[in-house]
Amino acid sequence: MSGGYGGADILHDCNISVDKGEIAVVVGPNGAGKSTAMKALFGMLNLSQGNVTLGGEDITCLSPQERVKKGMAMVPQTNNVFASLTVQENLEMGAFLRRDDIFQTMEHVFELFPILKDKRNQAAGELSGGQRQQVAVGRALMTTPEVLMLDEPTAGVSPIVMDELFERILEVKQTGIAILMVEQNARQALNIADTGYVLVTGKNKFTNTGEALLASPEVRRSFLGG
Amino acid sequence: MTDIMNATVLLSNFVIIPVLAYGSQLALGALGVTLVYGILRFANFAHGDLMAFGTMITILVTWWLQSIGVSFGPLPTALLALPVAIVFTIAMALFTDRAVYRFYRRKRSTPAIFVIASIGVMFVLNGIVRFIIGPNDQQFADGERFIIKARSFKHMTGLNEGLAFKVSQGLTIGIVFVLVISLFWFLQNTRTGKAMRAYSDNEDLALLSGIDPEKVVMVTWIITAALATIAGTLYGLDKSFKPFTYFQLLLPFFAAAIVGGIGKPVGAIIGGFVVAFSEISITYAYKKFLKYLVPENWAPEGLVQFLSTDYKFAVSFLILVLVLLIRPMGILKGRVI
Amino acid sequence: MNNVQRSVLSFALIACLLLIVGLFQSWSLMLSILNLCLISSVMALGVNIQWGYAGLFNVGTMGFAALGGVAAVLVSKGPVPEAWAVGGWNLIIAAFLFMLTVTLAIITYRRIKRGTLRLLVLSGTIILGIFATRYFSDPAIADIEAVNPALTGYLGGIGLPILFSWIVGGVFAAGAAWVIGKIALGLRSDYLAIATLGISEIIIAILKNEDWLTRGVKNVAGLPRPVPYEIDLQKSDWFINLTEWLNSNSLYGLSSIEREDLLSSSVTEFSGIYVKLCYTGLFAAVLVIILTMSVMALNSPWGRMMRAIRDNETSAAAMGKNITGRHLQVFIIGSAVIGIAGAMLTTLDGQLTPGTYNPLRFTFLIWVMVIVGGSGNNLGSVLGGFLIWLTWIEAEPVGVWLIDGATGWLGGTNPIRLHLMDAAQHMRLFMMGLVLLFVMRFNPGGILPEVTKVGKLSN
Repeated sequence: MSGGYGGADILHDCNISVDKGEIAVVVGPNGAGKSTAMKALFGMLNLSQGNVTLGGEDITCLSPQERVKKGMAMVPQTNNVFASLTVQENLEMGAFLRRDDIFQTMEHVFELFPILKDKRNQAAGELSGGQRQQVAVGRALMTTPEVLMLDEPTAGVSPIVMDELFERILEVKQTGIAILMVEQNARQALNIADTGYVLVTGKNKFTNTGEALLASPEVRRSFLGG
Repeated sequence: MTDIMNATVLLSNFVIIPVLAYGSQLALGALGVTLVYGILRFANFAHGDLMAFGTMITILVTWWLQSIGVSFGPLPTALLALPVAIVFTIAMALFTDRAVYRFYRRKRSTPAIFVIASIGVMFVLNGIVRFIIGPNDQQFADGERFIIKARSFKHMTGLNEGLAFKVSQGLTIGIVFVLVISLFWFLQNTRTGKAMRAYSDNEDLALLSGIDPEKVVMVTWIITAALATIAGTLYGLDKSFKPFTYFQLLLPFFAAAIVGGIGKPVGAIIGGFVVAFSEISITYAYKKFLKYLVPENWAPEGLVQFLSTDYKFAVSFLILVLVLLIRPMGILKGRVI
Repeated sequence: MNNVQRSVLSFALIACLLLIVGLFQSWSLMLSILNLCLISSVMALGVNIQWGYAGLFNVGTMGFAALGGVAAVLVSKGPVPEAWAVGGWNLIIAAFLFMLTVTLAIITYRRIKRGTLRLLVLSGTIILGIFATRYFSDPAIADIEAVNPALTGYLGGIGLPILFSWIVGGVFAAGAAWVIGKIALGLRSDYLAIATLGISEIIIAILKNEDWLTRGVKNVAGLPRPVPYEIDLQKSDWFINLTEWLNSNSLYGLSSIEREDLLSSSVTEFSGIYVKLCYTGLFAAVLVIILTMSVMALNSPWGRMMRAIRDNETSAAAMGKNITGRHLQVFIIGSAVIGIAGAMLTTLDGQLTPGTYNPLRFTFLIWVMVIVGGSGNNLGSVLGGFLIWLTWIEAEPVGVWLIDGATGWLGGTNPIRLHLMDAAQHMRLFMMGLVLLFVMRFNPGGILPEVTKVGKLSN
């Protein structure tokens, strides 16, 4: 796919895919178009070329809301919770499109993130950074998506919290969801990745398993600081 | 002791009851302003005129009911006319949204553009109201006037000072209380109410969650129009209806909404009472009140009035300025300016 | 069609419209409308300087115009010695105490750190200051207002020619704008709008209630004129001769009695027109001066900087521009222009009537002029001023005429017809709203869009 915000394209023939129960991580230097690629996949900007498919269905022309209905969910990098709503209400809003009983899903989210159960009646804005990220991921999970997209989930949280978050993401993966993640902390992210994409100036530079990328001397030298 | 009782009754009669009634009216208006601000993100300059429009319909229907001999016993006939007026006003609000604001919402225009558009709507509504009912004062209150009359209160208690409690005041306080409770219940407990709060909190995330912005906006206008009609009718019953006065009420509404914290419904209510209390207590002459409380030779010469009553609107604005200077987000942290 | 052609065409259209008014209604009415068109244009220029150049959302136009009106009174009216004698000193002391309070309050606010202490000291200072001020001002005001209340009851002015007040009006408005700007300019655009709307209401409230200053709602009438009086003209030989010469065609060949009659009625009629023409000349001169200066300013480096700030505050700040300072500057300049227009208006009316200041007419209508004319374009504002004022005035007779035509079949005493005839004047509010909404929607740049870029409203 190729695309950009009007004017010059930021993405050039970039290709990203992820399978069920797998984690794909997109890494790359600043300005490589990582977040742009995420937005393009979620329909938040127009593609000039190429298409997006979900389970074999072409969804290139759908709006973000319609993609949510189709089973995609996205956790934005910033402002990803409803700060003035309680944790529980955040989760309810995540399931806004669902008309069936959401109790099961909510229990499931609480199992994944037990801390949220304790704080269910607290406003999300009062939580710590790591807890907020859990709320954000939990909100996205409420639609029981097939694909979960995370835009730098560990931005601005402490290393300990980061490790915990990655563990939770692995647990989410166990439930059979495809996870696509953009990360700044490339090394840790590639550690848990089944597939890694290294983007440079909007193009696929390297694509391989996470392990292989971590092992590749070229990738190490250029992006992982040796 | 009688003196203290007299002073209390005096203060209740001229300050506390009027503050409760006027504060309730302001709170309803400010709620409308704050809801539109929270969801549509602009200061609606046409709110006062939407209120005038709704009240006008109430009055017209009331006149028609009176002409065919319908009455509501001791209560004002206007209450019977109110539902019809609410329907008309909602239709008008939805029409203006469809015809004017939706275009700018899709374009994601700046707040200033929305405000100018609302000025256009203000002119149109103002023109319609004056065209249909004229620019003059209209009285449309009927039924009983008082719940407690000043004279019978004096008779009952044997005090010097009377306490008058008008039907319109009692109605205002009662109706606003019920409305506010139901509005908060709606916002806290229903799916649509929560969606409105979510949309107001974080528009982009609300879209990602699949909340339909057009539906949220529509519900917002429905609530706003209903509140505006009720607030206008209650104000008109309590005082009188005049299109220009309603336009001027915009200022205390804004003051109340901002003082309480704009975008916060609870703030609008607190703000409404703060503004009403300041307006009335600063422009009330305390001479008689003090006379009861201090020894005779200390009695003040002047009226002991901080500002003349003509400065009522100025007071609401002064509070606004103070809040903007000291605590710009308002009492309950609303949106930062 | 480029902007030059558009301008020529639009102004030609306005000239035609005025001509139609002159031919079908009366020349005197045409001149009255023209004079108010000129004043409205100056006001619109002031708003355009704030909104069009800098994106400042000031809806306090009415207040600044009223301050101009105050200047007209205070400059042109003679002082009232009795009032000064009974209350002058006390009032001066009160004014001094008031300023002292304000200064002390500001010092407290700046010197003491945020906290309970500051709040206590600050409120203490203000409350004490208010009591001290009112100790002197209350009796002074009562005394002043008791001096011959039917005629004066106020301090009067300084008795200078009223033309000075146009400058003083600008200064008054600029001073108020400085204070307001210091308080409110940091606010988001729609908050600034609310704040300025409120301040303008306060200014009117003060004018209505502070009788010692401008007699409040008792009005100050009979302001001296900068132009001759009709009565004097009718008595002076040169004027009669001028009229005779102008009307020589129709006077030719009449008997002496008929000639006398016609001449005297012509003199009366022409004296009115002559006075209005004098005003037209003065107002047009002011308009031309301010318009020239505005155009020059907009095209200067200063104007480019203003627009840069308006279009992207962040990057302008990053380039080292002092945004707050520039905003304050442009706010003051724009308000001063509005103040000048306000003084001109009061001069034309010959009286200050605080009761007639209405935000629809003095604030929002001016805004319609700016948006319809083309925000950011000075000539556009002038055009908007002419066009909208003409529409505003003529909407009433045209509306009545239309409704009369449309409901003629109902019969002369039909209540619906009578109500509609009566209400026709209010249609102009409706029309103004529609015009504003339509221009914003379908031609957001206005009739004459801003020259350098796409109109501001388009984003």
